[in-house]
Amino acid sequence: MSIPHKNYHKDQPNTWTLAKTRKALTNKEITLEEIYKAVDKAIAQTKNLNIYLARDNQALTKTHQRTNLPLAGLPIAVKDNFCTKGLITTASSNVLKKFIPPFESTVTTKLQQAGGVITGKTNLDAWAHGSSTETSDFGRTLNPRNLDYLPGGSSGGSAAAVAADTCLAAIGSETAGSIRQPAAWCGVVGLKPTYGRCSRFGVVAMASSTDSPGPIAKTVEDACIVFEQIAGFDPYDSTTANKSVPKLTEELNKGIKNLKIGLLYSDIKELQSSYKLIEKELAVFERLGAKIEPVKALDPHYAIGVYTIVQRAEVSSNLARYAGVRYDLGRTQFGAEAKRRIMLGTFTLAKGYADKYYLTAQKVRTLFKKDFDQLFAKYDLLVSLTSPGFAKKVGATEGQAMFGELEDMLLEPSSITGLPGLNVPCYRNPQTNLYLGLNIIAPMWREDLMIRAGHAFEQATDWNSWRNDQ
Amino acid sequence: MSLKFKTNSARLQSMSMFDLKLIQHIANLASIPLKTGETEKLASEFESTLKVVANLKELDTSKVKPTYQVGALENVWREDVINKHRMFTQDQALANAPKKHNGHFTVPQIIDKG
Repeated sequence: MSIPHKNYHKDQPNTWTLAKTRKALTNKEITLEEIYKAVDKAIAQTKNLNIYLARDNQALTKTHQRTNLPLAGLPIAVKDNFCTKGLITTASSNVLKKFIPPFESTVTTKLQQAGGVITGKTNLDAWAHGSSTETSDFGRTLNPRNLDYLPGGSSGGSAAAVAADTCLAAIGSETAGSIRQPAAWCGVVGLKPTYGRCSRFGVVAMASSTDSPGPIAKTVEDACIVFEQIAGFDPYDSTTANKSVPKLTEELNKGIKNLKIGLLYSDIKELQSSYKLIEKELAVFERLGAKIEPVKALDPHYAIGVYTIVQRAEVSSNLARYAGVRYDLGRTQFGAEAKRRIMLGTFTLAKGYADKYYLTAQKVRTLFKKDFDQLFAKYDLLVSLTSPGFAKKVGATEGQAMFGELEDMLLEPSSITGLPGLNVPCYRNPQTNLYLGLNIIAPMWREDLMIRAGHAFEQATDWNSWRNDQ
Repeated sequence: MSLKFKTNSARLQSMSMFDLKLIQHIANLASIPLKTGETEKLASEFESTLKVVANLKELDTSKVKPTYQVGALENVWREDVINKHRMFTQDQALANAPKKHNGHFTVPQIIDKG
């Protein structure tokens, strides 16, 4: 089974965009019952993809009297590392396989206050450690575009949930690529907000200095609708910024006329074949009135080192809490990947090694920050491929201790510096039905700029598979 | 984080940094129980990971300050007050505990373990 390029079908409301569905509900052209029936059917039909770990069977009953709210009772899938009160939250690890949170994460609280309904919890790489969803303790998720391939990760379940039309939008989280890379591999939109824009409260912690929750959606507009509801200052997360949330949906159609866009990493030899495929697509920005040119940036190969060291160090500290005492089943339950990361992190922070590894990594992080500062002094936006190539085949992570770090190489520079980024589909191989994604990066807090470019690109090209939904 | 760790500078220079003793030592520090055969596998995996990150030393960082966090926030304070609406009941707090005793968490013995 392979899902064709065009997802949208007029008779199947699960294949509508969130924006269209919302409008149809307001105009009473459809009922919530019809939407949930279609969603339930889609979930049942894609059970073999292992997208969901848990479902809320009461979802439909929770939608009552929500139609005047921004998310209007709409079904939204949530990555299983967000604590949901009363609904099992495992982070795809055996350590938490019995954990029923007694509290709700801020992001899912906001989502529900806006009328959104959590239909289920989606699979991820255990603890979000990975870029394949293959390291989940509960089995891998398959890519709905082609079942022989991986969906990417760590938010692979959420990206697959959107690609398979089992929800109208989903929530993911990104530490270094975990929203944008699975979105690219599954041919959907992923919006990684600026670090500190969305609260980490109630999200199972991975690397606290880069963890950023954000939406995965069918279109840029849908991602913006969800973003507006989940972003904002949170007194329970002291790293969230006390800034007003931009109304991205009002910025969507402002276009990109006269914007200056820098093209990143097109000079890297091993990426030539992928960049060649999207040459024509990059020219679309010129047609839309922007100016795009290749730029020289700090080699992303160095970001692999920074990310690997910083992430493992923060993991070793964050996962120290799982001692099998308060709410988890203890350290004997960790899978191979988590053990590796905790132990290597412990090593890079240890006396005698910390200067050589941890401190050096944080210094190179400064170099990346300076490099972006210089680039953004000249350019409004920066773009690159999201992933070096197409989705990898099932089983590709076996024996590859650095699989994710290499697949996320082009996203790590912006992640370690906290910048916002957006993935939009920009190419599809008609034989394999697999996609390439374009990564659009903006300066800190300028999500408005990147979604303008993403939306303009989406409208001007035919790569979005919900594009016929007008 | 202050960890007592014996540095062996000769080992730092050598090709194979991770001998099995070092892996076991890290496992003890991180409280990770290892199964038979796992130690050797981890040693070779760590070796290959550190090879990938070794390129960092090509960059001159002698005059660069480290970046530990990317938000511009510093010293974020809040009032030291208790919000009773957010408090767990004793039952809620204990609900997920694997072992409990008379309304308390059961913790592993760490003193006089023998």
